[in-house]
Amino acid sequence: MTSAVAAARPAEFAPWNDPAQTPLIRFENVTKRFGDFTAVDDVDLAIYRKEFFALLGPSGCGKTTLMRMLAGFETATEGRITIGDEDMAGIPPNRREVNMMFQSYALFPHLSVWDNIAFGLKRSDMAKDKIPDRVQEMLRLTRLEKFARRKPHQISGGQRQRVALARALAKAPKLLLLDEPLGALDAKLRQQTQFELMDIQEKTETTFVIVTHDQEEAMTVASRVAVMDNGKVIQVDTPARIYETPNSVYVADFIGDVNLIEGNATLKPDGLVRLAWAEGAPEIIATAGEGLTDGARASFVIRPEKVAISAERPEGRNNVVQGRIHDIAYLGNISTYHVELPGGQIMKAQTVNNRRQSRRGFTWDDEVWLSWTDTAGLVLAG
Amino acid sequence: MTRFTWFNVTALTLGFAFLYIPMIILVIYSFNESRLVTVWAGFSTRWYGELVGDEAFLNAAWVTLRVAFVSSTIATVLGTMAAYVLVRGGKFMGRTLFSGMIYAPLVMPEVITGLSLLLLFISIGLDRGILTIILAHTTFSMCFVSVVVSSRLVSFDRSVEEAALDLGCTPFDAFKSVTLPLIAPAVIAGWLLAFTLSLDDLVIASFTAGPSATTLPIKIFSSVRLGVSPEINALSTILIGIVTVGVITASLVSKRRLVQQQRDEKLADGQGA
Repeated sequence: MTSAVAAARPAEFAPWNDPAQTPLIRFENVTKRFGDFTAVDDVDLAIYRKEFFALLGPSGCGKTTLMRMLAGFETATEGRITIGDEDMAGIPPNRREVNMMFQSYALFPHLSVWDNIAFGLKRSDMAKDKIPDRVQEMLRLTRLEKFARRKPHQISGGQRQRVALARALAKAPKLLLLDEPLGALDAKLRQQTQFELMDIQEKTETTFVIVTHDQEEAMTVASRVAVMDNGKVIQVDTPARIYETPNSVYVADFIGDVNLIEGNATLKPDGLVRLAWAEGAPEIIATAGEGLTDGARASFVIRPEKVAISAERPEGRNNVVQGRIHDIAYLGNISTYHVELPGGQIMKAQTVNNRRQSRRGFTWDDEVWLSWTDTAGLVLAG
Repeated sequence: MTRFTWFNVTALTLGFAFLYIPMIILVIYSFNESRLVTVWAGFSTRWYGELVGDEAFLNAAWVTLRVAFVSSTIATVLGTMAAYVLVRGGKFMGRTLFSGMIYAPLVMPEVITGLSLLLLFISIGLDRGILTIILAHTTFSMCFVSVVVSSRLVSFDRSVEEAALDLGCTPFDAFKSVTLPLIAPAVIAGWLLAFTLSLDDLVIASFTAGPSATTLPIKIFSSVRLGVSPEINALSTILIGIVTVGVITASLVSKRRLVQQQRDEKLADGQGA
């Protein structure tokens, strides 16, 4: 059942492409200033029901402020925020059908795990005799049955994280906000918890909005990602599109590893671009990104795994450069070669080490050829 | 680890002697048979008996306890409220001035506080008695409570209060069911501090007390001026005894709590994730 839902989701779940759908949350020209500092700058955003939406950006980019406005802890200086078509201005946190999981978990240290989870229910209109069943259900969902009587300081970090999640989900909110929920966990536990979160989100069919600075986390859990910088939303898209078709050099550089080459772009009628990037070097041919104008200063962006490395000059490719291996980073599953081009630029190329005992083909100072297809990279303005 | 060198032993002995010899002498002489304080005439509990029979002393003690209890309770409520507003209220007009004014009585000479209160009571025609002492003690001990409580408020995670609001609490409910239990140790400590300050205050009480109500410190002070009686020694010994029991109990309780906490942490670690 669950697996069928999981398998069907990537193909079917895309309400943002369906004009008939109305978003659950709308930010309309929202600006938030703290004194002279603009934390959120004219943001427009629509988030749909059952989405797992990630706000991603470096610290100080305004993602947390955006989330705190949804919870009701901050009010917008300008603009309008609606949840389910209701204007949220002036509605205090305790009267919103929104619950939040705090970065520090914010568990009540004087209450047991059971009482922490029941805390919100006791303040809702749920009948008193229904509360124990609901708490039990939450304990089961987060696998905490054994720890119901413990106090927060008597359980481990991972368990505390699950108590915080159970407590926030207990009231079955319309919207669950997660503020860097996995920041305090170690890498292994983090990965495991990401999948648990996705599982719980599917089971409860709640809309999740997660704030994170960890791009891998955002890519793993989210249906869509909003990349933010300096209070502005730069791009909102699915993880795959954010990675493969970034709309700006900022997004391309922020998400994953990338090679950046600056040059002058010439648009061609077939939709491809020629980029003159170095004296005497053949022009790079690539796909044009959003908003690129002819003759403008532009950057060619290509992911290292899309650059092929070979000892002989490859046949039948337009984009071929020669270089010398400057550095090799062997990571076990993959190797990254840092290749110095004649102009002094470094280009990274990645290969997958899919055989255990293959001979490592290249070594330092080897002359190699790098090549890529016409559609492997993008040319973006700026 | 610790080495008992001659130097260490001497320093320790000197330090403790300096602190405790006066008190030990006082305790010993409280069991003196003689009416003369400085002449030893054999062991006796006679002065304790006379103290119990002394109406004036008992009255003063009763007044002192009532004043201390009521004033420290009012001071705790007001001081906690002031601390909460100062720490959590964010920026408001005159915040700095307000916090400065709350802490001013900490450094104000007691004589001035006492005198100004006396003038106030006279000008509004309030008869001096137990009520005026309570008001005066509330005034000067409130700021101590406020200091203790606000240091606790500053150190605790604000998001716990936000979580309570998020889960449906009104601001008052959040304060009552989350903030107050968490700052309770500081509130209790503040109450105890206010209680002790009121118990041993002499200066402010002597300005604000009237003929109808005398506190124990005033009573002791005025009888000492007529010559130290062995009765006072007995009373002081009782007070030392109460304080000693209190301190030992408090340290035992906190020691036990520490042990419990260490056990809990071990439990959480052994649990794994």
